[in-house]
Order: sequence, then structure tokens, then C-alpha cells
Amino acid sequence: MYGLKSNLECDTLSKHFTIEDYGKGVARWCPGCGDHAVLTNAQRLLKEKQLDPAKIVFVSGIGCSSRFPFYMDTYGFHGLHGRAFPVACGVKFRRPDLDVFVITGDGDCCSIGAGAWVHAIRYNMNMTVLLLNNEIYGLTKKQTSPTSRLGTVSNTTPEGSILPPINPIETTLGVSNASFVAQTADWNPEHMYQTIKAGFEHKGFSFIHVIQRCPVFQMNLGKEMATNKDAMYLLNHKDGIQVGADVSKTFNSKIEHDPSDLNKARELAMDKSKVFMGLFYQNKKAPRYDVHGASNLEYTVEQKEDVLSKEFDKYAI
Amino acid sequence: MSFCLEKLYVRMSDSIPFQEEVLDSKISKKSKIIKEHIVEIVSDSGEGAQKCGQSFAAISAKMGNGVWTVEIIPAEIQPPARGRAGASGIRIRVGSKKVTNVGNRADLIVALNEQVPYGRIDQNAYRVGTTLLLEKKWATDDSEDIRTKYSEALDDFNKRGYNVIEVPMEDECLKLVSNARKGKNMWVLGMLCNIYTRSLEKAEFQIRSIFRKKSEKIITSNIELLHAGFEWAQNNLDMQYQIPAMQEEDEYLVMNGNEAIALGVLASGMEVCSMYPITPATSASHLLAEILSKAGGLVHQAEDEIAAIGFAVGASYAGKTAVTITSGPGMALKTEFLGFATMAEIPLVVIDVQRGGPSTGLPTKVEQGDLLAALYGQPGAVPKIVMAASTIEECFHFVILARKLAEQFRTPVYLLTDANLATGQQPFKRPNIQKDWFAPPIDQSPWKKDVKPFDWDQETGLSKRPIPGQAGGQYTVTGLAHDKLSMVSYKPDENQEASEMRSKKFNSFQKTLNPPEISGEEKGDLLIVGWGSTLGAIDEAVETAQNEGIKVSSIHLRFLSPLQPGLKEIFKNFKNIMTVEINYSDSKDSPQFSESSRMYSQLAWVLRARTLVDIDCYSNVEGQPLSPAKIVKAIKAKLQIPQ
Repeated sequence: MYGLKSNLECDTLSKHFTIEDYGKGVARWCPGCGDHAVLTNAQRLLKEKQLDPAKIVFVSGIGCSSRFPFYMDTYGFHGLHGRAFPVACGVKFRRPDLDVFVITGDGDCCSIGAGAWVHAIRYNMNMTVLLLNNEIYGLTKKQTSPTSRLGTVSNTTPEGSILPPINPIETTLGVSNASFVAQTADWNPEHMYQTIKAGFEHKGFSFIHVIQRCPVFQMNLGKEMATNKDAMYLLNHKDGIQVGADVSKTFNSKIEHDPSDLNKARELAMDKSKVFMGLFYQNKKAPRYDVHGASNLEYTVEQKEDVLSKEFDKYAI
Repeated sequence: MSFCLEKLYVRMSDSIPFQEEVLDSKISKKSKIIKEHIVEIVSDSGEGAQKCGQSFAAISAKMGNGVWTVEIIPAEIQPPARGRAGASGIRIRVGSKKVTNVGNRADLIVALNEQVPYGRIDQNAYRVGTTLLLEKKWATDDSEDIRTKYSEALDDFNKRGYNVIEVPMEDECLKLVSNARKGKNMWVLGMLCNIYTRSLEKAEFQIRSIFRKKSEKIITSNIELLHAGFEWAQNNLDMQYQIPAMQEEDEYLVMNGNEAIALGVLASGMEVCSMYPITPATSASHLLAEILSKAGGLVHQAEDEIAAIGFAVGASYAGKTAVTITSGPGMALKTEFLGFATMAEIPLVVIDVQRGGPSTGLPTKVEQGDLLAALYGQPGAVPKIVMAASTIEECFHFVILARKLAEQFRTPVYLLTDANLATGQQPFKRPNIQKDWFAPPIDQSPWKKDVKPFDWDQETGLSKRPIPGQAGGQYTVTGLAHDKLSMVSYKPDENQEASEMRSKKFNSFQKTLNPPEISGEEKGDLLIVGWGSTLGAIDEAVETAQNEGIKVSSIHLRFLSPLQPGLKEIFKNFKNIMTVEINYSDSKDSPQFSESSRMYSQLAWVLRARTLVDIDCYSNVEGQPLSPAKIVKAIKAKLQIPQ
């Protein structure tokens, strides 16, 4: 962005990007779908950070939320069901210059893609991951998802689901090398924005769990949370996400939580009586696989020829 | 653009004197000059037979001989000792000429116990007169059961007409080391070096190379064992052979097919190999893990086969065309991404080192059973390029070609090799390294305005893809039906057009290919059609049959999709066409099978459909490389020549 530096020189970029530079087309999600809020916040972040749209890749899987990349005027990869993570890791591996975002849903991430999810956490490559969890399969018309609450009535569990749900925060915190785990919700857009921004600024695999409603199949999800301010707790800490006074005052309940405390973070995640918003855990020192991936770029053809020739020598008769 | 398929094999007909006795002053022992020998080393798993045999092959190749090796590998890491089924070993065919296949029956065997040869006897690997150098220690074993089995086997071997020589390998090794199991293989190597007058200097060099990651103490101990084995043979065996070197001006390399693949990846300039461990493909990635990081690339071991290809597709999408290396079961798991890469037109190199199937099948054995899966394994219309390497040299060069084709045609390219090529060693001419093998840096120039991400050329179906980072090229790839802008489209005419363009590319590509070269006369009673690792065995069999006056010729296909052109024209001049393959087909003689129910071998299926010619097939799934003798038999059976 344009700006005046302390030495009175004007800091200019070759191009200033507006919000329109990041959006494309009209999103075809249902009216009232939480995906719209995430889309708006993502575009706002890119503009705020003045990221070059040509250097951004949004990778998704399959599902309602995975249509996300089509509404961004960046590079995008609308891939296979459950496979956004391996693709995103492959994109990032030898392209440290690209900013990678992953958009995934509860079926995509926690069901068919659960294996890839666990390993992507462990790889800890620098990317921002948004899990849009509406606790139901929408695109295939109302089937129970692994995150659906016990007793969820759907087309596949007409008498109510019989297994307790997976808690994505709890699961992520259980994988070794997790480095950034946060939670937000679609009905608090400013909190969501601050959370995504903090995730983007974290160097590593930033896992952001977005609780959101499906206006068609999960109307009442989070109704209590959204209307009863006492049920939701804002996680406060000097090392946490600094949401600002405007966001802070939307929460009646707040607790202090040090995001470097993994055991405490797990304890909070497992507390079924409350919902915590903000940063559960951050470890800035967790090893990053993308750093390894970018460790030997920029070899010339001559250097490669030389290595090949030496390899030939080893097999020479 | 034209890809000329150079004929890679030159038949060497110069005769070499053999069976002639000469006196070698250095060894001062009468040694016989021979044209070639087939040597086998069989043992329990973990006794180092393969290491011994590969070293023997490498030493022989470095002395200028033609070699071909095939490993005999049990699926388990440590099957029960002294078992017939658990036999582990290696066959080495060494000759004065270029050797292109494993040959027929062995001339000399080294067996570390008396049970392991039976696994090979079941496969008809030995003949009357085969020399069997047998570990003697079992004759005096503490267990009466073992002593009995040993003496029974000894009798049986003699009855079978083998020339059995009992060798006190264990006792001799124990003179130098406390545990003979560690190092007996190098003692055997020494013995073989004496029998075949191999250079001890080269053998020492080889030991230093294979134990390069071990301590000097271990290297010295193994070299001592080598010399001890050599000395023992010198003093106790009367047989000694010389295998004259080929007269070659050019510089040669000797390696196995998986090593050739790894060097091919390095030479292609691909920066990413994304894989998951699977037999028999993994050793290619082992070597790559060692060398690629020194040349601006990395191996990624993914969490599973699907993630391995997903990662490769991601890297390719981002401009760094990647390779994934796998085998049959892995190919099955990759199916969905393979369809995706075709739909989204993403370049990718997929190498399938085939093993026996279906399912987990025969993990360590050879089969050419993945052809139809490669061609048609994905739901929907998935046109593509499928190539098959038939020599170790081709394993190297085809990887380089695959990367170029993948990028030029914006497509996955499948390269099929097999377990036979993977572990077989063969010398080939040292390639002259060329700059244009290596992938150029990715294009990051601004994308030309108004060019769509799928701006298909209506004539060729080709289009240029934007690479992330190119300003103005932003698009979202998808596996959904899409228009030229890559936006989801379910419009009838747009899906029809997109499908047509994806297919047209390969019709365009076929026009650049040459018809296969005919080995032999252009007319005859029988044409053999092969693909993959059977090339050498087919060539040798066809030559043998031709020498007997049979009017048989052969062609060998390198491109299976699109097929090399001109096949129908070639077929017209032969009374019979028969494919020879290592995959399953029903016998046509069985009364249970009719023409409409008979399962054909895989290339035969394809050629019958493509040419409407009544093509027959000879194939089996015995898990063994085809021997020339079997193919000669099949040729004679097809032409109803009494044998």
C-alpha cells in the first residue's frame, strides 16, 4: 500500500489492489450461508495485506465450501474430495513465493480427508487453513457428518446419529507438530477477520475452525451460542489474537489462556460445556516442511549436469 | 515435433571361439574360453546372495562382458530358514556379446543350503550337467533331521544329473570371521571370481563401493573373505572359465532399471518425486533421495499413495512438473487423481514398476499386468500417453521424454516398467548429457491478455496453461466439466467440445510417431508383437526360430497410447499375429473357452480392438521373466511345427 515512511520517502507499490481485484463472479451459496462471511473476510485480508492476486493459490476439495476458489480472482485449485491438503502441500513445496490458502469442509477434512488432514498438520507447511464446519453434508443433501452432534437427524441417520462427533480442535491439538489452532464463528465477522489475519501472519500450518450454520439443513446450529453471549468465551492473552475493544465487547465471558500451553489448550477443547473463541495454541518454533522444500531451489542446469555426470561415473564400466 | 524411436539393439553376429582350452599364465591353470554362462546364487533370505550376484555382474560388466541379472526375491523379509519357497537369490547371465535377457537354464549354481535349489528346480531352472556348488556344513549338522535331508538331497541332485561339488564355505569363512553369515557372500564372490577369472582389483573396488557407508574394518574383513574364496577355488577346483570381453569403443554404464529411472528423473530436471513405499518400485526413490537433493530437487515420502500423487499434482499445477513412482496396488489407489489430471490438463509423470496382480498379487515378481488398467483404469473417457520401456537404457531415456511430453501435451504420461527391469542389471552406452533434457525455469511472464486457460487449438486440441505467479493468468482448475475459462459448465455442447479437445491432443501426437521397426522379414508366417521387458527374450527366440528356417518376425511397441501408427499395414503381410506377454490369458485349446469368452493377454485385447485383426496371444503369469526357449516353443506351437 502507499505510505509515507519515517524518512519522508513515499513507499509505493507498482500496483495498488482494491477489494474488486480479489473477487470474481457471484457466489452461488444459499442466502444466509456462513460461507459468504468467510469469502468477504478472505478478500478483505488479501486487500489489507496487498497480496498480489497472481501469487495466491486457494486450494479446496469437494463440498459446498470448496466452491470458494471460483469466487476469488486468484489462482485456484478445486480438486478432489478430501484431498485439498496433499495438493496444497505440493503447491507450496517448491513455490515459497506463493501464498497458499486451504478451504475445506467438515466432510472434506474430517471424514474422507481425515488421513491427509492429520499428516498436513504434522508437515506444518506455511499455509492458512479454513475449516468451514456446518456439521452436515450440504451438497449431497443432508447426510450426517463426523462432526454432527449426537442425535442429528439426517437422511442417513433418520432416527438420529448414534456416535459422538469429532471435535476438530481436539483432534488437531492431538497431532504432533500442530503449530496454530484457533476457533471462530460465522456470526461474528470481525472476530473471524482478526482470527484469519492472525492465522495468515503465523508462519506454519494455521488451522482455523469456523463454526457456521447451514441455513437449509442446520438452521438451529449455534443458535444458542449466537444468542446467549454467556455460552461463548473469548480467549484472552498477550500472546493471543488481539481482537480489539469492539470485538471484545461482543463477549460477556472471557478467560485468560496462554496459547503456548498445549495441555491447557487440550483441556479447553475437551470442555463440552463451553465454546471458546480465539487462539487455543501456537508454537512458532515447530519444524516446517516447506522450509525443507525450499532448501535447494535455484540450481542451474550446469550444476545439474555436473551432478548427473558424477552419478554416471559411479556406474561407468 | 518428431520422436524417432531409435532401434536400440544391434545384433552382434561375430562369432567368438569357445570351448577352446588356453593356459592363462597369471592364474597358471587351464581355463576354458566360453561364450556365455548363466550363474545362480540361491540362499536363505538375508545371506546376501543378491549383493554377491550384483557385484559379480558389475565386475563382469566392468570387464567388458554383456550381463543381465534377475533377482529371486521372496515376499517376506525373513521367511523360515532352509525353506524351498523362501529361496532368495539371483541369476546372472554373463556373455561375450550383449545380453538382453535371463536366458534358459543355469550352467552353475551356488547354493547355501540343499533345500533352496528346489524352489528353482520347480521352475525348471537347471539342466543335466549344471554345476552345483553346495555348502557342505549341513552334512555334519547337529540335527539328525538336517543331516538326513542333506544326504537325501545330495542323492537326488546326482540322480538329476547335476555336477555336485561340496564346498566347505562355512568352515573356510570361520577361519577369518566369528559369524560366517556375515561375509559368506563375499567369500562366494571370491570363489566365483576365480572360477570366471574375474579381476580381483575390480572386485575390491566393488566391495569398497557397496560398503561405502560402513566402517573400514568391515570393508577390510570383506576383502579378506573375497581373497580367501578366490584362493580356495584356486587350490580346490579344476574348472576355470574365461569370458572374452566385447570389443567396444564406446563408454558404457551398468545399472539396474530402477537406478536408470532415478537418473532419468535427475536428467529430466524434475524437482519433485512424490512417492509412497511399494515393492518393487521403491528402490528408484531410494537412489533419488540420495542424489536429487544435490541437484535442486527433493523426494517427498507421502502418507499414502493418494497423497503421493495429490502432492505431485499440486507441484505440477504450480509449474514444477513432478513424478510419482509406484506399482500396481498404488496405481489402483491413484485412479481418481489420474482422471483429475487428465480432466484439468495437468502435466505429470507416473511411473508404474509393474509386479504380479491383481490386488497385492506377487509383490516381488514380474508381470505386465497393468497395461489395461493404465489405458482404461479411470471412469469416463481419459485419453493419455502410455509408454513402456523395454530395456534399462530406455528406463533412463523415457523418463526424460515423459516429462517433455507431459508438459507439451498438458497431460499425465504413464511410463510402464516391471520387476524384471527394476532389479536387472544391463550395460548401456553412456548417454551424452544434453542441456535440453532439463526442465527450463518456469514461465512467470505476464499472461497474454484474453488468452483463456483452456484456449484449445481446434486442430490439435493443444492449449497453453497459466502457471501460478503469471500476472493476469488467474484461473481455478477443476475436475468438474468446465469451459475454456475453466469455469464449471454443465452445458451439453461445452462438455462435448472439451472431451473432444482432450482426445484430439493424442491423435495429434500419434502423427509424430514412427511405425515400429520390423525385426526380420517384412512378410512371413508369424509376427510376434511384444512390449516392455520381454524385448531381449523375444529377439533371441525369433532369431533362433529364424535360424531353423521358420518365417517369423517381431515388432516391439514403445507407445501403447496412442499406439504407434502403421500396425494394420504391417499385420497384412503376416499369416498369423501373436502377442507375447507376461500377463494372464486363457488357453485357447481348453474346451471351456470360446472365442467370445476367452480372456486374451492385455496387448492382444488392445490390438484386436484397434485393428480388427484376429490376433492370438502367448502369455503366462508364472512370475518369471520369459525365457527364449519358452517363446520358441510357443512360436512352434502356433505354427504347428512338431517339436
